[in-house]
Amino acid sequence: MSGASRTATPWWLSGPALLLFTALLVVPLLLTAVLSFNVYDPATGPKSGEFTLAHYALVFSDSYYLGIFWRTFWVSALVTLICVLIGAPEAYVLSRMRNPWRSVLLLVVLAPLLVSVVVRAFGWSMLLGPEGAVNGLLQLLGIGPVKILYTNAAVVIALVHVMLPFMVIPVWTSLQKLDPGVENAALSLNATPFTTLRRIVLPQVMPGILSGSLIVFGLAASSFAIPGLLGGRRLKMVATIVYDEYLSELNWPLGAAVALVLLVANLVVMLSYNRLVEGRYKKALG
Amino acid sequence: MSFLRLTDVTKFYGTTRAVSAMNLAVEKGEFVSLLGPSGCGKTTTLQMIAGFEAVSSGRIELAGKDITHAKANTRGLGIVFQTYALFPHMTVADNVSFGLEMRKMPKAERTERVKQALALVHLDQHAARYPRELSGGQRQRVALARALVIEPPVLLLDEPLSNLDAKLREEMQFELRQIQRKVGTTTVMVTHDQSEAMSISDRVVVMEGGCATQIDHPQRVYEHPSTRFISTFVGKANLLDCRVSTSDATRTCVKVGALSLDVDDTGFSADAAALLSVRPEKLQLVAPGRGRVDGEVVERFFLGSQWLYRVATPVGDLTVLSPNDGRDALEEGARTGIDWPAHCMRLLPAEEMAQ
Repeated sequence: MSGASRTATPWWLSGPALLLFTALLVVPLLLTAVLSFNVYDPATGPKSGEFTLAHYALVFSDSYYLGIFWRTFWVSALVTLICVLIGAPEAYVLSRMRNPWRSVLLLVVLAPLLVSVVVRAFGWSMLLGPEGAVNGLLQLLGIGPVKILYTNAAVVIALVHVMLPFMVIPVWTSLQKLDPGVENAALSLNATPFTTLRRIVLPQVMPGILSGSLIVFGLAASSFAIPGLLGGRRLKMVATIVYDEYLSELNWPLGAAVALVLLVANLVVMLSYNRLVEGRYKKALG
Repeated sequence: MSFLRLTDVTKFYGTTRAVSAMNLAVEKGEFVSLLGPSGCGKTTTLQMIAGFEAVSSGRIELAGKDITHAKANTRGLGIVFQTYALFPHMTVADNVSFGLEMRKMPKAERTERVKQALALVHLDQHAARYPRELSGGQRQRVALARALVIEPPVLLLDEPLSNLDAKLREEMQFELRQIQRKVGTTTVMVTHDQSEAMSISDRVVVMEGGCATQIDHPQRVYEHPSTRFISTFVGKANLLDCRVSTSDATRTCVKVGALSLDVDDTGFSADAAALLSVRPEKLQLVAPGRGRVDGEVVERFFLGSQWLYRVATPVGDLTVLSPNDGRDALEEGARTGIDWPAHCMRLLPAEEMAQ
């Protein structure tokens, strides 16, 4: 093989993926970025030749948009936290189970991924509605009908349900890498089972929890169907406001600006979280 | 009173009996090996002593105290695992210090003890490293230091050397024994490697099918194996079918084909079938007609310090290990005589005893 064709081989091999990536991600992203600076005229729509920073100024000054960004942030953070609190122990319990129960329950955890998010959102809206099963149960217990649907609680509950597999899988993977002897080793050194869990198991699955929470946070912050269907018309999250700007207000440049701010904010949150947590474990776990 | 005593310890997995009625008494300071092929119950026995597996029936006593059902984290035994099971997120020093920390030892004392333990295994230079930065042999030493630093009454070693390459394994065998002698900790080691068990233990427990079939000093296990299995598992052996012609209080006379031999072992009834066992290195090659049998060399293998011959004789194929003394070896097809001293023959019952 000649030298020239040898250097060309990697390009040929990665060509299709690069082409796809460029055509479907980079180009639309650039177009969106350009669009977000375009002047918007309510009568004629975006003007492609004229540029302005007005949309960004609006997003950063209007308390309406800031409020939505803030809600998106805390809802996503809360969902991530709950997913860590439920998903990590769940993965641990699963990994300690024996087959066939382990396979069966792992399938139960992953099964929601096979059902469309929209279908699951409608499922939750039936469960959480005023006449739904949850309120029925609460009434049996003597607690009057509670408004859950179209509140932050409904969005958080449904997002946790949707995101849980994305937490369980990475934690499960890092648990599989655990030497089964280390827990016994800690026990033999007089550690209690709880200390063993906290000092020996938890630090080793931290990378799994970290990547799980990055995935969950990222997906929750840009989630659309769940807040759209369970938050109602008044409780907005960033993705739903982008949708509104594009399709109801027809103010595409403003929608593009909001979308890009979300993208950058998401990146900043995830990168700093990554640096904060991973830095502590990088040296030891490689 | 023995220090560690197992009485009729039995383990069932469902209906499978993994260990049956194991009896073992280990004296203080002794180094005992559980030797056997995989699946013989040796690791299960160790796990029961450690408290990781529940005992189905029987008793385990440590220094006169019943620990049969004590929790693993209250037994205080030092354990070295086959995979070492080091804590990968802690430095070498933190690994070793963990057990002391769990015992609530003050920090200053802890640091001192960790230093001593690491010096014992020649790792004082590596205290700040992480396990993944160490070689296999070094990890092994960290595991040993971590188990010894808590000054356990008993040290349990689960195939401690099986993950090391051959040369390192040999070095570590001697070092392990040296350290054990120096510290004087009562030690129980599980291994499937007979030479490892032989070279470093005071006593060897040979296990097969969940039963301890012989508990003896290494040399005695080798020279006086009590079953056919042990004679072939511990070293190599030539096994010849024979028939007892006469037997009295001091010796037994057997016939192997046309050959009549006097053996020191007793307790066989006349006319019973038996097995005659002779170790290959006990056989000597002599001029044809000068030994007990004559034969023809079928195969030969050069092992460096030794020659291994397979010789076809009227009593069956015999394996002969002959030292490489620098002279020319026998060619394949050559005739040779084979001789061996009378005291090197062992007589074993022909049938394995039903378990």
